[in-house]
Amino acid sequence: MDAEIELTVDGRRRRVSVDTRTTLLDALRQRLAVASPKKGCDHGQCGACTVLLDGRRVLSCLTLAVAQDGAEVTTADGLAAEGPHPVQRAFLDHDAFQCGFCTPGQVCSAVGALDEAARGWPSAVTTDVAAEPELDRAEIAERMSGNLCRCGAYARIVDAVQAAGRDGGAR
Amino acid sequence: MRPLDYRAPADAAEAVAAVAERPDAAFLAGGTNLVDHLKLGVARPGLLVDVTSLVPVEITEQGGGLSIGAGVRNADLAADPRVRRRYPVLAQALLAGASGQLRNMATTGGNPLQRTRCAYFQDVSTPCNKREPGSGCSAIGGVTRQHAILGASDACIATHPSDMAVALAALDARVRVLGPGGDRTIPFVDLHRLPGDAPERDTVLEHGELITAIDLPALPMAARSAYRKVRDRASYAFALVSVAAAVDVAGGVVRDARIALGGVAHKPWRAHRAEDALRGATTTDDSYRAAAEAELADAVAQPGVDGGNAFKIPLLTRTLVATLRDLATEEA
Ligand SMILES: Cc1cc2nc3c(=O)[nH]c(=O)nc-3n(C[C@H](O)[C@H](O)[C@H](O)COP(=O)(O)OP(=O)(O)OC[C@H]3O[C@@H](n4cnc5c(N)ncnc54)[C@H](O)[C@@H]3O)c2cc1C
Ligand code: SF4
Ligand code: FES
Ligand code: FES
Repeated sequence: MDAEIELTVDGRRRRVSVDTRTTLLDALRQRLAVASPKKGCDHGQCGACTVLLDGRRVLSCLTLAVAQDGAEVTTADGLAAEGPHPVQRAFLDHDAFQCGFCTPGQVCSAVGALDEAARGWPSAVTTDVAAEPELDRAEIAERMSGNLCRCGAYARIVDAVQAAGRDGGAR
Repeated sequence: MRPLDYRAPADAAEAVAAVAERPDAAFLAGGTNLVDHLKLGVARPGLLVDVTSLVPVEITEQGGGLSIGAGVRNADLAADPRVRRRYPVLAQALLAGASGQLRNMATTGGNPLQRTRCAYFQDVSTPCNKREPGSGCSAIGGVTRQHAILGASDACIATHPSDMAVALAALDARVRVLGPGGDRTIPFVDLHRLPGDAPERDTVLEHGELITAIDLPALPMAARSAYRKVRDRASYAFALVSVAAAVDVAGGVVRDARIALGGVAHKPWRAHRAEDALRGATTTDDSYRAAAEAELADAVAQPGVDGGNAFKIPLLTRTLVATLRDLATEEA
């Protein structure tokens, strides 16, 4: 079964007809030629497909495109629309990648994670779950644990996210 | 994947009717388990009925407790100040599960209904009684590291994977359900089944029954509660074992306790025997160990690759002792 849906992708309104079985990730990559979200595992286990959906970080491989009719999607590409986003700048400054395959997902996830932290959300390593968390390295590693990096750039990813967080993170 | 119809009805009654009338229909919430299962061929529905815009998405005060709409995302529930202050075990259990991205998607209704992570269940090329009733259980004698030590049957030794559900079992939560014949309320501890000879049924829900909310009763002792999860890596992994506990302690004595265990059974395991052993006991490691031993008296380790899962019995004992010790010594 096909369905006609409308998405706002990186600021542009797009109409597209999709088979109901199509994931948001496949709709973006194959139907809309938006290739910055990557397909690592296609099963929710790696984070490479992370995008911001109505401002929140999600995995585009585990949601159906038809279920997101009307949504606003921001990919790593869109974050750079007016030059590198502060998080992207921090990834560059801190050399926080090697091959770069996981990077668009890492960047979207970091933008989402910094926004969550700014709203005072706790994490699994927050000692007192009722208190405001401090964004130290352990907090950042935990909040970014849904993004795997096969090149093992983790140490520098934490550096980059911490720096971006200090500078105010989201734009 | 077989062709799929998709509907997003306007209200819950319509959604229930749409699923009830088609045996091959399923509710779709965050999709984080169901969409995965569509791809794996584990689930083969012909119709998905999207409920995300018709189940409640608010957390409301109710009789001193909280009512959590089925559409509340796991991330929002964990971030709610009332949950963090009054039911920290629930916030911690949610935060111990999955990843930030997945918690933004996963819902209160969908999380307890996620299916087992038994690797054979997820691999359609292997026999599995839960996926194909009567085909056999590939896990028995296989890789049993993630499998049950309590309440298993000859038909299935799977565990329930949810962390949130373990906290809800400890907190005396209740599940509000709307079905084709009207609504009903189920104690959370009775939502999930033991496998017996029908492991294809995870829960007591009938086809077409929709979870609309999960209610938390007022439980003052839950302000002193915690979730402790042991896993193969520090984050983004399912539990080997886990403990959800709340205690009421005074003057070196445990007055009351609520305990549930994860990673050990086909359902979140409410530890009534451990609770009974603790009531009136002193706040010492000996008491905690005795409580764990009482609960695990009937535990059966599964033989299997690399020694099976016998490690879970001492591991769970230590995890329960450590959780209770931390809670009892916490500043009130
Ligand atoms: C890589 C990975 C790691 C994970 N790690 C963890 C972990 O460590 N701990 C943990 O607890 N979980 C973990 N999860 C699982 C995740 O928490 C669940 O997939 C999620 O909670 C399911 O919620 P959902 O809303 O996405 O449900 P869906 O996938 O939409 O639905 C799940 C099931 O519930 C049914 N359903 C949904 N809503 C309702 C309703 N209101 N009424 C009746 N039926 C309904 C659906 O028909 C389906 O059968 C992990 C998942 C992944 C992919
Ligand atoms: S343990 Fe249960 S889910 Fe796993 S293979 Fe056996 S029957 Fe299937
Ligand atoms: S491609 Fe979506 S999590 Fe790996
Ligand atoms: S930079 Fe290569 S996978 Fe992360």
